[in-house]
Formats: sequence, structure tokens, C-alpha cells
Amino acid sequence: MTALDTPAPARNIQAAQSVWKLRWKRFRGHRAGMIAMGVLILLVLFTLAAGPLAAWSGIDPDATDLLSRYDPPSAEHWLGMDDAGRDELLRLMYGGQISLLVGLVSTLIGGVVGLGIGLSAGYFGGRLDALLMRFTDGMIALPLLPLLIVFGAVDLTKLGFSSEFAHSGAAGFWRVVVIIAVVDWTQMARLVRAATLSLKERDYVLAAKASGASPLYVMAAHILPNVATPIIVAGTLTVGRVILLESVLSFLGFGIVPPTPSWGNMLNNAQELVTTAPALAVYPGLLIFITVIAVNFIGDGLQHAFDPRSSR
Amino acid sequence: MTGFVLRRSLQALLVLWVMSFVIYALIGLMPGDPLDVMIASNPGATPEVVAHLRAIYGLDQPMPVRYWHWLLDALRGDFGFSRTHSEPVLTVLAPALLQTCKLMLISFALSVVLAFALGVAAARKPGGWVDGFVSLFAFAGISVPVFWLALILIIVFAVQLHWLPASGMGTVGDNGLIDQLRHLTLPVATLTLASTGQFTRYVRAAMIETMRMDFIRTARAKGLGEGRLVIRHALRNALIPVVTIMALSFGTLFSGALVTETMFAQWGMGKMIYDAILANDYNLALVGLLFATLVTLLSNLVADLAYGWLDPRISLK
Repeated sequence: MTALDTPAPARNIQAAQSVWKLRWKRFRGHRAGMIAMGVLILLVLFTLAAGPLAAWSGIDPDATDLLSRYDPPSAEHWLGMDDAGRDELLRLMYGGQISLLVGLVSTLIGGVVGLGIGLSAGYFGGRLDALLMRFTDGMIALPLLPLLIVFGAVDLTKLGFSSEFAHSGAAGFWRVVVIIAVVDWTQMARLVRAATLSLKERDYVLAAKASGASPLYVMAAHILPNVATPIIVAGTLTVGRVILLESVLSFLGFGIVPPTPSWGNMLNNAQELVTTAPALAVYPGLLIFITVIAVNFIGDGLQHAFDPRSSR
Repeated sequence: MTGFVLRRSLQALLVLWVMSFVIYALIGLMPGDPLDVMIASNPGATPEVVAHLRAIYGLDQPMPVRYWHWLLDALRGDFGFSRTHSEPVLTVLAPALLQTCKLMLISFALSVVLAFALGVAAARKPGGWVDGFVSLFAFAGISVPVFWLALILIIVFAVQLHWLPASGMGTVGDNGLIDQLRHLTLPVATLTLASTGQFTRYVRAAMIETMRMDFIRTARAKGLGEGRLVIRHALRNALIPVVTIMALSFGTLFSGALVTETMFAQWGMGKMIYDAILANDYNLALVGLLFATLVTLLSNLVADLAYGWLDPRISLK
């Protein structure tokens, strides 16, 4: 065995890994980002503990008991009861699952839409680029929340869905996910377009084109891997923004529909809570706040880790 | 320059026109139709009468035809009647627009001033304790749900301390300026706190970028005082990108204003649109949304003009 026998590909794989290792090392050096990561993991575990806790304590999170409305915390119900006599802690946990899931799924769908629009605008250029970018500019200029409320008020039965589906919990979830994804793809599209514009002039892209690679192949093999880092950062920040959007929509009554809990709709009757049970008005919002601030700090940490110029 | 303004205005009109169609179509998809209330309140309405009424109001026509009639009327300045207020839409809209402008302009001005103070202080020593504190504040501002912030302020300042009123725009029988300002304090505080975070990050980033430039080093080498250096040299240059991006964000304040107005029962555009959608007040919701879009488009145009005015190197074509 001589040095010449060492297979070359193995070394390449190692080199590829080390980029991400380096980035991980840089992220670990970002104190706020690391703390935020820890907080977020704890929050996810908290929401996932809902099922086991309900099974262990034998409390049904949907069971209402109008005689124990607004009961203070007790040994059985650690955070007391909500406005319908349901266990507040369990509803916070289940609501968190919904809120986090909406954040992730909407970001994924909106991200794919933005990626598609940005890639095709940047790669093909010309008329298509002008058309898509004017469309994007138009979307950005719209007042977001009022528009989302109109989307949220749409009667699904008028769109041909069955009445059963339109009033089910699943429809409520997907409605929020879809309407947020419909409006929240613009940043991703602009980002991807800008990166694609500069990447498509690189020699290796020209070489691929010259050897007859299809546009789809060039995008997937040469452009996508090089825009991965800004996409990850923008995607992280989008998750935070989407969680905020979902909460305000559900709060206003156009998002997740009760009895399915979400951190937003648990504050539906906040005006009443303020005087009768202020603590109940604090918990859900505090959890949204902590989640979103953690996500934003993680985004900041990732940006720092991915940017070779940042020194701190 | 004139060509630029003209072209952008035409573009804005185009967006408005497309928006009007989209919203018209969406509103048609909301539950019920404009005659529901009339029919429900009249038990004697037979199917024939209902069909006749629909024909009178043109509701039997397909959506594009109805939209075309609405558009023709709107171009003549007739935006129809609000059915919850029983008044022409524009009569209902005017005071709401004024109220929202008041709320948005005061909050915007306050958060810009606050953002500059905090951002400049943080950029003096990136990574220092002031910077850390300001960054935490900025992140908190971006991450806080506006409606929850409003709730907390209500709990603390209205319910617990009794310092300020929790809702409304004035006490009945007292129309004094002081009373109005007292009612405006919590909404303005909410919207200001919520928008300062993002602005502070812009100012901080632009200042750090500028402080790294050569001309700053030169000025410092000349022996210029730190205060004069920051204010006259760095800030003036950092201003250009920051002012533009702030003006661009003016329109996004509208979403915050909607929540704030709803929370504090302020009769503004946001609350008007929200109530109109809840009550199926089609005409009012439609025109309200179009005005909200117009405000956003106008602020974007102003942002672009300000950019060209602040930085003579940029030519607007």
C-alpha cells in the first residue's frame, strides 16, 4: 500500500464534510444562537410531551367543565383551567404542536414556490424574468394582514369542497398553511433570483450548458447547491414570521378554528381574560414570543456561520 | 425624473386594478351574499321574490359582469353603500383613514427616532454590552406578537395601574386634546415598540458598514472629534439606505395598525376592514382594502424618490 493507492473520492467526501463541520463550529461559537437552539429544542420537547402527559394524568384536553372555568392552578391542573374549563397546560402543549407545524409546513411550501419562481426568473431571464419580478413587486406592495383575512374568510363550500371538509379541523389547518404560503414566498424568490443571476454566468455552468445539460439539470446540480446557505438562513427567519402570522390570524378568528387549540386562538377572548384571568392571557403569547425570538437568533447564528467574511 | 414618476404611477394603477378584481372575486367567495340579511329578516320572502330581488340587484349575473359594473361606477366616483353603516362608503371611510394616518405617522416618527438613537449607540462598539442590549431589544421587537404586546400593555397600564384607558378614542362628553392623547398613548406605544426592532437593525447594520469606510478613517486621522465624526460623516452616509428601507416599511405598518386598532377599539382603517369582513359589508371591505393598497404603493413611490434625492449618484429612469 502506497500513498498512490489511496482512493481519491474518499478525500473529496472528507473535504465536502469539512465545510459543514467548519460552519457548525462557527455556529457553536455564536453564543446567542446556541442558547436559542437549546431553548427551541426544549420548546419542541414541551409540545411533544402533550400526548404522554395526557395519558399519564388521564386528563382529556378537549373535555369541557363549565363549573371549573378559570380555576386557579392546582395539584391536578398545574396551570389551572381555561375559559371552558379545560386543562390550560395540555392545551398550551397541543396548541404549540399546531403552531410549530404551521410554521414549518407553510415555510416549506412557500419556500418551494419562491425557489421555483426565483430560479426560473434568474435562469431564463428576459421577458419571463420581467414578468415574474413585476408580479413579485406587486405582491410585496400588498397590505399583508388585511389580505390574509379576506383569504381566511373565503367560504370553502363555494369553491366546491364538501361542507363536512370545510368545517373539519384539517381544513382549518390547511387553509392557514396555504394562505400564508400564497403570500410569503416573495423574499425567497428575490433572494434566489439574485443568486442565480450571478451563478449562471460562472464557467462551470457554461461548461455544463455547452455539454448539453438540460436547464433542469443545471439548476439542480449546479445552482441549487450554491444557493443553499442563503435559502437556509431566509427559511429559518421565515419560520419565525409565519408563526407570528398564524398566531395573529388565529387570534382574529381567521386561522386555526377552535376547538383545535393554537397559541393564537387560545387568546380569542383575550378582552375577557384581561380582567378575569390575566395569567391565561400571558402564557400563549409568551410561548409564541419565546419561540419566535429563538428562531430569529438561530437565523442570526446561521447567517454568521455561513458568511465567510463575518469575523466575530 | 418626471418619466420615472409617471411610469411608477401607471404601474401602481395597474396593481390597484388587478387587486380590485382579485379582491372582488375573493369577496364573492365569502359566506353568504349581500341579500342574506334582507331575506333572513323577512319571513314572507318566497323563492320567487328572492329571485326577483337578485335580478334587481344584478346578483344573478356572473361575477365578471358584476365586477365590470362595479368598476364603471367606481371610475365615476361611486363606490356604493356600506350596508352596516347605511352611508356611502367614502363617508364611512374618511374619518377611519384620518385616524389610521394619525396612528401610523406618530408611531412611525417615534420608532424612526428611537431606532436611530439605539442603532447609532450600538454601532459605536459592535459586540460591546450596549450592542448586546440593543440587539436583544431589536430581536424582541421583531419577535413579539403585536396583539399580545397590546394585551400586556392593557393588563399593566389599564387594568393593574389604572393609568391609561384600555380602549376607545375618547371619553364620552370629553373631547379635549388631553383625553384624546391619553386614549392614543397605548396604541401608539404598541405600534412603536413593534416596529422599532426592525428599524434598529437597519440603522445598526448601515452604521457599522459606514464606520468601516476609508473616509471615516481619514476623518479620524485628521483628529476629528468622535461626536462630529459619527453625526456629520457616518450618519449622513448611513442615512441613504436606511431612509429608503424605512419608507418601504411604512406600508407594512398597516398590518400592525390593523391589530392595534382592533385591540384598542380605535376606529381606523384596519378595524374598519376587519369589521366589514366579519359583517359581510362587501363594498366597504373592498374599498378599504384598495385604499390600504394605495397607501402602501404611495409610500413605496416616496421611498424611491427619497433615495434619488438623498443620493445624487443614483439617477431614476
